[in-house]
Amino acid sequence: MTIQATYNYKVVRQFAVMTVIWGIVGMLVGVIIAAQLVWPELNLHEFLGYGRLRPLHTNAVIFAFGGCALFATSYYVVQRTCHAPLFAPGLAAFTFWGWQLVIVLAALSLPLGYTTGKEYAELEWPIDILITLVWVSYAVVFFGTIVKRQVPHIYVANWFYGGFILAVALLHVVNSCEIPVTLTKSYSCYAGVQDAMVQWWYGHNAVGFFLTAGFLGMMYYFVPKQAGRPVYSYRLSVVHFWALIFTYMWAGPHHLHYTALPDWTQSIGMIFSLILLAPSWGGMINGIMTLSGAWHKLRDDPILKFLITSLSFYGMSTFEGPMMSIKTVNALSHYTDWTVGHVHSGALGWVAFISIGSIYYLIPRLFGREQMHSVKLMTVHFWIATIGVVLYIASMWIAGVMQGLMWRATNPDGTLTYAFVEAVKATYPYWTIRLLGGLMFLAGMLIMAWNTWKTIAGAKAYDAPVLAPAGHHA
Amino acid sequence: MEILYLLIPLSVLLVFLIGAVFWWSVKSGQFDDLEGPGYRILMDDDRPGADKTANEPAEEKTGVE
Repeated sequence: MTIQATYNYKVVRQFAVMTVIWGIVGMLVGVIIAAQLVWPELNLHEFLGYGRLRPLHTNAVIFAFGGCALFATSYYVVQRTCHAPLFAPGLAAFTFWGWQLVIVLAALSLPLGYTTGKEYAELEWPIDILITLVWVSYAVVFFGTIVKRQVPHIYVANWFYGGFILAVALLHVVNSCEIPVTLTKSYSCYAGVQDAMVQWWYGHNAVGFFLTAGFLGMMYYFVPKQAGRPVYSYRLSVVHFWALIFTYMWAGPHHLHYTALPDWTQSIGMIFSLILLAPSWGGMINGIMTLSGAWHKLRDDPILKFLITSLSFYGMSTFEGPMMSIKTVNALSHYTDWTVGHVHSGALGWVAFISIGSIYYLIPRLFGREQMHSVKLMTVHFWIATIGVVLYIASMWIAGVMQGLMWRATNPDGTLTYAFVEAVKATYPYWTIRLLGGLMFLAGMLIMAWNTWKTIAGAKAYDAPVLAPAGHHA
Repeated sequence: MEILYLLIPLSVLLVFLIGAVFWWSVKSGQFDDLEGPGYRILMDDDRPGADKTANEPAEEKTGVE
């Protein structure tokens, strides 16, 4: 190996830029469907109806925006912490182009109405096979890089990324088991309540591993780096990892309270969900306390603002989630907009904020710049996005509790007090506020895109040389 | 609920696998030092241009190999 060996920043750059672009696309679709709830006339065409755009929105924000952010940051973190360039650069390039193809195929097939009908796993079987190929390549590149690391210790962020990669592989293969009938139609291997159980075993673990473990990997690298301080307790971070990994798998049944699922299975789901509060809060406190003694840095560093605020939303939604999994609470909250609010407190407040902060950290480093083009615009982005999230979740909380109370209200003679449509009518103001919150969040992403454009325009792609680990002779 | 005959063994298998990885990581000394690794990522200067001042470690590395 020559002295001039450089890290593979190319694939990181590609994924980082696509994170911003898919973020805008995914959130724009979200804004459109939010507007469709307020003005149903906006369901202009069968391809653009709410029912088809909603899975496009979820797939675009989770797998396109979130997925690209995870690829970009994990490839960066694993290289920097292992002091080794990526293993199998050809495969790494394949993960980029393969993943973009998956996203484009999703954006075409979902509006056309091709769907398996399984939430967050709507894509039909040929795309599922492509996902599997990309994911196996991702695992080979990631773990191959870990194997050729120059330091004996595997940094905790890599443990989280590794756990996320393996768990998502398993979840995808089990849940997407389907029998193809034609090129565009397949049937699930499972039927009825069995299918529902597998679906939510997948669905909740997708939240747990795709949207949590992976992003915790991000948190454990970018929060200490940006703060310039080591994580508050490295010991706690290791405990956080193992506790989360050992206890996550069985929270899924809480999505099926009061259904045909056996009662005891529902209770197990609830108990495991409550247990999860402990590791989640341990991690959240660990992340936030990393700033202890350096709180002043929050004042003028918008990247830290994003990262630390994301942790407080992580703490909020990991408290709210276990509470909502309690059956008596769930009896009120289930099927209402409260669930939508909870999801977005996690997805916008936690996942999007930590991703945005990390991408702001990465972009200048990948293009040989000192800093983003405009620090001021990053701050503007932070505030507009924060106000957007707060409007979003507060309106959905109120709407959700109101819906739950209206649906269960009965007259003294036992008849229902409200028709369903009355609850819909009462929700309109809150849907309008939610639309406003979503628009603000989208506006923030547009500011980010402009800032990113100004930062990379005229800048040359930069690949940092591989440096030997400093002062390490273990 | 026949599906539980798939999902529960799968989870048990997984717990054993995770347990094995945990066992390996403890045995191989991954957690012997629970302070240093937190500081070590900070000693890796990833700002562009930082390499110009940090040429020495790179040469040292090739010397070792």
